[in-house]
Amino acid sequence: MSEIRSSVEKRRFRGVIVIASLSVLSFMYFGFIRPGKGDTTYGFVLNNEWVLIKEWIIASAAGAKIFSGISLIASVSAILAFRKGREIIIPVGFASFGILMSFITWAASGKFIPLTGLLQGALLLAVPLIFGSMSGLICERSGVINIAIEGQLLASAFVSGVVASLTHQALWGLIAAPIAGAAISFLLATFAIKFSVDQVILGFVLNVLVIGLTDFLYKKLLVPYQSTWNTAPTFGTIELPILSKIPILGPIFFSQTIVVYLMFAIVAAITFALFKTKWGLRTRAIGEHPTAADTVGIDVNKLRFKNVIIAGLIAGVGGAYYTVASVGAFGKEMTAGAGFIALAALIFGKWSPIGAVLAALLFGFADNLQSTLTIIGVSIPSEFMLMVPYIATIIAVTGLVGRVRAPAADGIPYLRGGSH
Amino acid sequence: MRTSLSKFGQAIKLPGLSFALAFTLTGFIIAFSDAKVLSKIGSPLEFIKSAGATAGNAYLALFQGSIFDINLTKGHNFFQGFYPLSETIVIATPLILTGLSVALAFKSGLFNIGAQGQFIFGAIGASYVGFHFQLPIVIHVIAAALAGMALAAIWGGAVGLLKAKTGAHEVILTIMMNYIAGYFILWILKTSQFLRPGRIDPIAPEVNQSARLPLLAGANLRIHAGIFIALVAALFVWWLLTKTTIGYKFRAVGANGQAAKTAGISVPFVLTATMAICGALAGLGGAVQVLGSEHALNADIAGSFGFDAITVALLGRAQPLGTVFAALLFGALHAGGRTMQSNTGVPLDIVLVTQALIVLFIAAPTFVRFIFKLKKISSSAGLTSKGWNG
Repeated sequence: MSEIRSSVEKRRFRGVIVIASLSVLSFMYFGFIRPGKGDTTYGFVLNNEWVLIKEWIIASAAGAKIFSGISLIASVSAILAFRKGREIIIPVGFASFGILMSFITWAASGKFIPLTGLLQGALLLAVPLIFGSMSGLICERSGVINIAIEGQLLASAFVSGVVASLTHQALWGLIAAPIAGAAISFLLATFAIKFSVDQVILGFVLNVLVIGLTDFLYKKLLVPYQSTWNTAPTFGTIELPILSKIPILGPIFFSQTIVVYLMFAIVAAITFALFKTKWGLRTRAIGEHPTAADTVGIDVNKLRFKNVIIAGLIAGVGGAYYTVASVGAFGKEMTAGAGFIALAALIFGKWSPIGAVLAALLFGFADNLQSTLTIIGVSIPSEFMLMVPYIATIIAVTGLVGRVRAPAADGIPYLRGGSH
Repeated sequence: MRTSLSKFGQAIKLPGLSFALAFTLTGFIIAFSDAKVLSKIGSPLEFIKSAGATAGNAYLALFQGSIFDINLTKGHNFFQGFYPLSETIVIATPLILTGLSVALAFKSGLFNIGAQGQFIFGAIGASYVGFHFQLPIVIHVIAAALAGMALAAIWGGAVGLLKAKTGAHEVILTIMMNYIAGYFILWILKTSQFLRPGRIDPIAPEVNQSARLPLLAGANLRIHAGIFIALVAALFVWWLLTKTTIGYKFRAVGANGQAAKTAGISVPFVLTATMAICGALAGLGGAVQVLGSEHALNADIAGSFGFDAITVALLGRAQPLGTVFAALLFGALHAGGRTMQSNTGVPLDIVLVTQALIVLFIAAPTFVRFIFKLKKISSSAGLTSKGWNG
C-alpha cells in the first residue's frame, strides 16, 4: 500500500475496510440465514393526527437481501472513492443505513415496526443527551473538562420538578432549572479555575454530591409530601403551523413541547456563535492555546468561568425536560446515566456541535430501537444494543475508525506565567 | 519524637479539617431539612436547640450503626453489640480492594474510574467457578478468586493496552467500559449458564459451601475472612510499590512518563501491567463479595463499590495504609447510615453527600486553606490535571 502515506489516510482506509467487511458480513448473515416466517411491515404516519396512513410491507428475506445489497454497492463505491482520493462520507452513510435496515427487516419478520414512532421516540430520548452534550461542548471547547453533566441534569430536573410543583406552573420550573444547572457549574468553575482542582475528580465528586443530595431530599420531602412537592404540571405539545403538516418529518420534529424547540434554537445558536462570532473565536482560543489567547489580551480564566456557567444554564434546560416536559414528577436518579451518554456523544461527535447532535440522535435511536424491538416481541439481547453508545465511543477514541482529538488545553488549569 | 509528631500532625491536618467541614455542612443539611426543626423557626433559641438535637441524634445513630450498639447486647452475649462493627468491616472489605485498585493506578499516573466494571467481572468469574465446579475446600476458594481476578485483569489490562497503543484516555475508556460491564452482567444473568434453576429474576445459583470464605465470629455476625485477604492485598501493593523494580517503574511513569521513557522504561508495558494489576485487585474485591458475603451473583452485586473506591483512594491519598483506613471509614458511614435511617428517619443517602464533601475538600487543599486562613498545608495526593490528551 505505497499510496497510503499519512496516518490520517491510514485511518480513513481502515474505516473503509471496516464498513466494507460489515456490509459483507451483513449480506452473508441477514441475506442467507432464513429469518422467521412472514413479512416485515413498516408503518408511517404522514400527518400529525397519528392515524396510520401508509404501510410498507416487505418480504423479510428478500428485503434483508436488498438492503444489505445496497450496503455492498455503497461499500464498493466507498472503496472506489477512497482510491480516487474523494470524500467517502456519503457512500459510508448509505452503507451503514443499508446494514441497519437489513438488520431490522431481518429481525422483525412477521412484525410491525412503527417507523414514525421509532424516530420520534429516538428524538425524545436524544433531547437531554443533546442539551447535556452542548453543556460539555462549551466547557471543553473552553478548556474545562465537564464530567459533571449528569449532576447538572439531575440537579436541574429536581429543582424544576419542585419549583413547578410548588408554583403549579410548568414555566417556573423551566425558568428555575437553568439556575440549578448553573449552580453546579458555579461549583465546577470555582474549584476547577480558582482552586485548580483536578477536573475529572471534581466532576466525579459533583455527580456524587448531586446524587446524594437529590436522593436525600427525595426521600425526606418529595415522597412524604408528594402532593405539594412532587406533582409538577407539564407543558403541552405545540404544533408549528405548516411545518407540522410535512409528511413524516412534521410529526417527528414539529409537534413537540417548547423544550424541544428551545433545543433546536440553542443548537443553532451555539453552532453559529462558536464559529462565526468573536466570543466563539475567543472560546476556541482559550481551549486550544490559552497562553496565546492571554498574550492578545483575553482574560482566560474569566472567559472560562463565564462559559462554564453558560454550559450549566444549557444543561439545566435539558434537566427540565425530564420533569416539566415529560413525566412531571421527579424520580430518584431519573437521569440514569444520561449525562455520561451525553459525554459519549460529545466525544463521538468529535467535540463539534453538529457531530455531537448527530451522535446523540444515533444513541437515542439505538436505545429506542432496542426497546421497540423488545416491545414488539423480537428476541434480541437488548443489553448489547444498550451498549452501542459506549462501544461507539471506545471505537472513536481508540482511532479504529477515524480519530478524535480533544481541545488541546482541555482539563489543564491556566495559571498565568505558570508551568503549563 | 517531636518532629515525627508534628509530621503526623501535618499529615492529618488537611483530612481533619476536611472532615470537620464536611460533617458540619452535612449536619446543617440534616437539621434544615427536618420539618420539626423548621417549625420552630419563630424562636431562635428553640430553633438552634432543636437543630442541634436533630443533627446530634443522627450522628449518634451513625455511631451506633457502625461501631457498637449497647441495645443489641440485651438477651444476647456482649459480643452481639459489635454487630455494627462487623457490618462496617463487611462493607469495608471490598472497598479496600477496589480502593487499592484506584490508588495503584494513581501511582502510575492513571485515573482508574473502571473499578466498577473490573469488580463486576471479578464477581462473575468467582461466581461461575464457585457454583459450577466441585472442588476440595481451600482449593475451591482460591480457584474461584483466581478466576475472578483473571477475568478482571484482562478487562482492566485492555484499558492500559488501548491507552498505550492508541493514546485513548483511560478515563473515557473506563467510564464507557463500566457501562458495558453493567449491561454485560444483566445479560449473562439471563443466560441458561447463570440463571438459577426455578428463578426468573436475575440471580445466579449460590456458590458451593467449599467455595465460601469462612465466617470469623460465628453465624450471628457476617464478618468473614475476606478482610484478611484485603489487608494482605494492601501489604502486597505497598511491597510492590516500594520494594520491587516493577513498582519503581510504575512510580517513574507516574511521576514523569517522558523521563521514564528516556530512561529506557517501556511505558506501554507499565500502562498495561498497572491496569491489569488494578483490574485484578478490583476483581478480587468482586470475588470476595461473592464468596464472602453475598454467595450468589446478582445484578446489583457491585453496588457502588467501584465508584466509592475513587473517593476512598483520594481520601487515602493513594497510599495503601491510607486506603485501608479510608475504606474502613466509608464502610462505617454506610453501615451507620442504615441505622441512622431506621432510627432517626434521616435518609441513608446523606452519607453520599458527606463522602463527596470530604473528597472535594481533600482534593482542594487551597480551598481548605482559604476557608481556615491557613498559611501552609501539606498538599493532596499529588494529582495534577492532565486533560484528555495527556
